[in-house]
Amino acid sequence: MSEIWDGLVQAFQLIFTFDSEVMSIAGRSLWISAASCVIATAMCIPLGSVIHFNNFRGKSFLVSTIQTLWSMPTVAVGLLVFLFISRSGPLGMFGLLFSPTAIIIGQVILISPLMLGMVISALKGVDKLVSETAVSLGASRVQKAILVIKEARYAIMSALIMGFGRAISEVGLSLMVGGNIYQYTRTIPTAISLETQKGNIELSIALGIILILIALIINIALHMLQRKKA
Amino acid sequence: MALLRIENLGQAYKDAVILTDINLSLERGEVFALIGPTGSGKTTLMKLIDLLTKPSLGSIYFDEVDVTEAESDRLAARRRMSLVQQKPIVFNMNVYDNVAVGLRWRGVAKNSIREKAEHALDLVGMADYAHRDAKTLSGGETQRIALARALVIQPDLLLLDEPTANLDPNSVSKIEEVIEHVIKEHEISVFMTTHDMVQGQRLSHKVGVLIDGQMLQMGKPDEIFNAPQSKEVAEFVGIDNILAGTIEKKDGELADVKVAGGAISAISGFEKGESVYALIRPEDITLSLARDGGSARNVFGGVINKIITLGSLVHIEVDCGFPLFVVLTARSTIDMGLVVGTQVFISFKATAIKVIRRWS
Repeated sequence: MSEIWDGLVQAFQLIFTFDSEVMSIAGRSLWISAASCVIATAMCIPLGSVIHFNNFRGKSFLVSTIQTLWSMPTVAVGLLVFLFISRSGPLGMFGLLFSPTAIIIGQVILISPLMLGMVISALKGVDKLVSETAVSLGASRVQKAILVIKEARYAIMSALIMGFGRAISEVGLSLMVGGNIYQYTRTIPTAISLETQKGNIELSIALGIILILIALIINIALHMLQRKKA
Repeated sequence: MALLRIENLGQAYKDAVILTDINLSLERGEVFALIGPTGSGKTTLMKLIDLLTKPSLGSIYFDEVDVTEAESDRLAARRRMSLVQQKPIVFNMNVYDNVAVGLRWRGVAKNSIREKAEHALDLVGMADYAHRDAKTLSGGETQRIALARALVIQPDLLLLDEPTANLDPNSVSKIEEVIEHVIKEHEISVFMTTHDMVQGQRLSHKVGVLIDGQMLQMGKPDEIFNAPQSKEVAEFVGIDNILAGTIEKKDGELADVKVAGGAISAISGFEKGESVYALIRPEDITLSLARDGGSARNVFGGVINKIITLGSLVHIEVDCGFPLFVVLTARSTIDMGLVVGTQVFISFKATAIKVIRRWS
């Protein structure tokens, strides 16, 4: 019990003294996950719009498949990315393995189905009269789509936040393709995993608290957005 | 040259036929009111005219261009018309942006957008609401913003789908005032649907009656309201007395129409033996306590069967061998001491009766 208590005290000391290692790991985690989110958003909003605004054969099957991929195991994505970017893989010539870029690629693949599915749901949630009114007021297809996206902005923001939450908390993928390299690809979840095994409990707890704080901020933001949407 | 021309238009969803063989045209500056009961297909026709949906059959011409199919032609035509829906929605932005959005989509210059949007807001009496969140507006205010949004683009054709349905009397009069102003001041064609016949009669040059997806009659408002050509139209335009009968005798224009329980004299062009309906507006019937028909050819004694008070007016059903509905003011009803069972006399002129053919 005292080990946990001591760990907690030391963890808070590390956080409040802005310990360089803790801050460096937290900062890296944040920017890698933020970059993954930005890239995934840039892909998912247009792609989600194309899927939502067009009727084509197999649309509902496609949406179901996207939703199924929400629960894709991180290690499976890690393995897939590893096979592609490892030296003998088709993208081996770029030397991406064990780099932040590799983690970003993996996280984009991991969170895209979630964000894409949520973007489609968000667009579907917009009253059909919005589209109809826009068309009636002379909007072209693109202008109508932009208006509907704007109307769904709070729900789309929720998708983005959910994606960020999944990206920053995953561990298997970052370990497999990032390698958990000190001051290069070490993120909060991989650091917690390693430091706990090493018995460096206070650092693990400090990072754990930061991760929980991030999760809390994400939840508060989500809650506020949902209230605004309502 | 007609601004809008519709030929043999039909619409069906799966097995359900919504509209059948609709033909109409609308000239520039003309106001067309489409009336019909709920579920008759008015909104479907409105959406077809606004080019929101494509018809199953027939063609739509806007300014003599066939806009039935080609998407580019449809967008170009749609940008020259605007629709105010029965239950309009506002976008999640402020009132000014809601009004300006149609102009932005048309690539209008920023200065011009400001001028036009402010003018449109002023026209509907909402200039002070420009920076309000549009989602916080009441139903009547939303309708006015929808009207401003439609007018700001200065459409050639304004489409109004039940523009005053579900609104309070103040909002109705404000909306009607704006519509009347726009019709008078601008050479704008208006196609409106309404179930308010008085509104349709007052605002329009031409009226169409749509029942069960069919345009049963089209013409000037007076023709529709005073000379319906079918029982369905007569019922819809509020002619409560529709008596099925047969022409029993003909003396020049004057005909004796035998109805169940009696006979009435009417002016009719139909020949002896023809099956007809005799249509009599309740307001054309006089009710008195003594037999005094004046010059009226039809005078009948009867007993009051039913009294229904509707605001300041009272609908009275009199059994004079056949049932007839009469309308009196509430004051007259009290003054005459009319109650169920009172013996009364009713009279009406032969010219007050419209005789139409009855298809068996």
